[in-house]
Amino acid sequence: MTTPSSPPPRGETPPFWRDPAKRALLFQALMLAALFMVVGFIVSNTLENLDARGITTGFGFLNDTAGFGIVQSLIDYTPQSSYGRTFLVGLLNTLLVSALGVFAATVIGFLMGIARLSPNWLIARIAGAYVEIFRNIPLLLQIFFWYFAVLRSLPSPRDSMSLGEAVFLNIRGLVVPAPVGGPGFVWTLVALAVAVIAAIVLVRWNRRRQEATGDRLPAGWISAGMIVALPALVFVASGMPLTWDLPKLGGFNFSGGITVLPELLALWLALSIYTGAFIAEIVRSGIQAVSHGQTEAARALSLSGGMTLRLVVIPQAMRVIIPPLTSQYLNLIKNSSLATAIGYPDLVSVFAGTTLNQTGQAIEVIMMTMAVYLTLSLLVSMFMNWFNARMALVER
Amino acid sequence: MLHNNKTLLCSATALMAAMLATGSAQAGETMDAVKERGQVVCGVSTGLPGFSTPDDQGNWEGIDVDVCHGVAAAVFGDASKVQFVPLNAKERFTALQSGEIDVLSRNTTWTATRDTTLGLNFTGVSFYDGQGFLVKEALGVDSAKQLDGAAFCVQSGTTTELNLADYFQANDMSFEPVVFDTSDQTVGGFEAGRCDVLTSDTSQLNALRIKLADPSGAKVLPEVISKEPLGPVVRQGDDQWFNAVKWTLFAMINAEEMGISSENADELKNSDKPGIARFMGSEGNFGEAMGLPADWAYSIVSQVGNYGEVFDRNVGAGSPLNIERGINALWTEGGIQYAPPIR
Repeated sequence: MTTPSSPPPRGETPPFWRDPAKRALLFQALMLAALFMVVGFIVSNTLENLDARGITTGFGFLNDTAGFGIVQSLIDYTPQSSYGRTFLVGLLNTLLVSALGVFAATVIGFLMGIARLSPNWLIARIAGAYVEIFRNIPLLLQIFFWYFAVLRSLPSPRDSMSLGEAVFLNIRGLVVPAPVGGPGFVWTLVALAVAVIAAIVLVRWNRRRQEATGDRLPAGWISAGMIVALPALVFVASGMPLTWDLPKLGGFNFSGGITVLPELLALWLALSIYTGAFIAEIVRSGIQAVSHGQTEAARALSLSGGMTLRLVVIPQAMRVIIPPLTSQYLNLIKNSSLATAIGYPDLVSVFAGTTLNQTGQAIEVIMMTMAVYLTLSLLVSMFMNWFNARMALVER
Repeated sequence: MLHNNKTLLCSATALMAAMLATGSAQAGETMDAVKERGQVVCGVSTGLPGFSTPDDQGNWEGIDVDVCHGVAAAVFGDASKVQFVPLNAKERFTALQSGEIDVLSRNTTWTATRDTTLGLNFTGVSFYDGQGFLVKEALGVDSAKQLDGAAFCVQSGTTTELNLADYFQANDMSFEPVVFDTSDQTVGGFEAGRCDVLTSDTSQLNALRIKLADPSGAKVLPEVISKEPLGPVVRQGDDQWFNAVKWTLFAMINAEEMGISSENADELKNSDKPGIARFMGSEGNFGEAMGLPADWAYSIVSQVGNYGEVFDRNVGAGSPLNIERGINALWTEGGIQYAPPIR
């Protein structure tokens, strides 16, 4: 440690090399310059070596024709589309399985976490067994189990298991009828959106009214009624413009309807059940973190069991639950890249797999894929942090 | 405070200097590296019958494997000095580009993109193949033109995927690709019924059909929809190594043409017929410019065999695949295997 420099005599600023603040600034500037030089050196060295070996560089390949098919695509895609388009197709498939997985894992996790705390002995033990089994088996093995052991034993399309001749389950996937909106169907959707917004406004207004006057309307029932009734009215009034595209067996497989790939199903099941086990433990720890004194005090104030949970326990528990929950969501998004093991066309499989191999430009492709996962993870954690800040209790 | 900053600055400078000292990597002389290491590092597949597959003792066998044995025999005089690195279709080129392997002998199709944009060179064609379709008899189709809308099991990142898309677009049909990482998974998918058709090189389809639980329940359709010249690959920029691998294959083909095999190689070693003498190295010294010993070709043929022997024991009459020579026969016997003369 150095002795602190004596303050400058009044009215005289020291030269910059004796001013500690300015010195610190100088060294930081030098470190930054050094960092840029190192990074610049690495980049230029890599480019020089690639050039020397005759390996093409640059992002021009994104405009070349892809030439291969992708079995599931949420946007239009043909083998004549560009590699840039395969990137988008893979990205959307990853987002699809991640969103489905996050939703299902949260539902399963919360249910199982609360079940584990149930006073019913059997329910608590079953939830405990679920958590211990699915937390401890590697995710890849679980994916293989669902895909190879379960979904592979489904029958061929000609012997599909069916539900009412409209929903079919076979080894090629789950085929469900597709809704086709006729003219004017868009008004039903608009009515649904309006009803949802009105419900949110009603709930908020109701809360403010209760704080002001003490009266409250049964906002839950009213909003539920609105969300069901308003679109239904509009639907009937516009002449029920909804037809169903039923799947028909023809040739090799079903045509028409929406097919959910067995790869997607297996990945979704495995991801949700695996991550759900972790989330169950997080929820249980959150609820147990709220001291029992809170529940006792709430009961002493004659709040019912449900109101205690909703108004006292859960708000305090959420503060403990949300940060580790964010980590689990990020894990789920990154684990979805295991799709390559079973052939689900997600970003890693389509872009960092097939496109990388066909173009040979490993560095650009892997950098783009890493950037995507980094961006996704940052967005999710930003959103969860905002949500966490909102849920934080304001302490006086 | 000042002392800490100085230490920091000094260490940063030292780190930078160390990094600069390593300098840019040289496209090194592969032959020197191989000789120093004492073995050839050969990239092969993860298990493709007839081309590169481990037997039940863990020894690799196949046409691609024998080409690597030939290279080792040429360089060291000992065909066993090879290390095999199994690679799937996605890693194979990066492994070669980065220097992890010396030669990629992995049933790789020679295409313009791979030859020009990846910094790699193909040294020749060890097997002329084509892409075909394997279907179950129960499906009741006789021709690939009846496969509109079918599901196809393919291996990811191969020319198979591209040719499939081209063929279906050219014939105005649609298809569903089910993509897997390894060829074993594609076979598993086909057997389980996940897809209707298995598509790959016809040599592979013949091999895989035999391994099915019910070989007579599947058949290979007559259409061959693409050219698949398979051959070994090396890095660009190292002409000596390129020549060594190229001439290993040519030596095997020339040996069959001249009637030299692993059985009579010893007898013919001291023959005074000019063609054979040049081949055996007793006349002239063709190995020197490639960094190989004078009897490089003799080592290859006596330890590995000529092209015909390699073909027969791996994919031909001496193997379960029983593929006919067809266009892989010598040019003198109706095929297109042709090697420049050693003179």
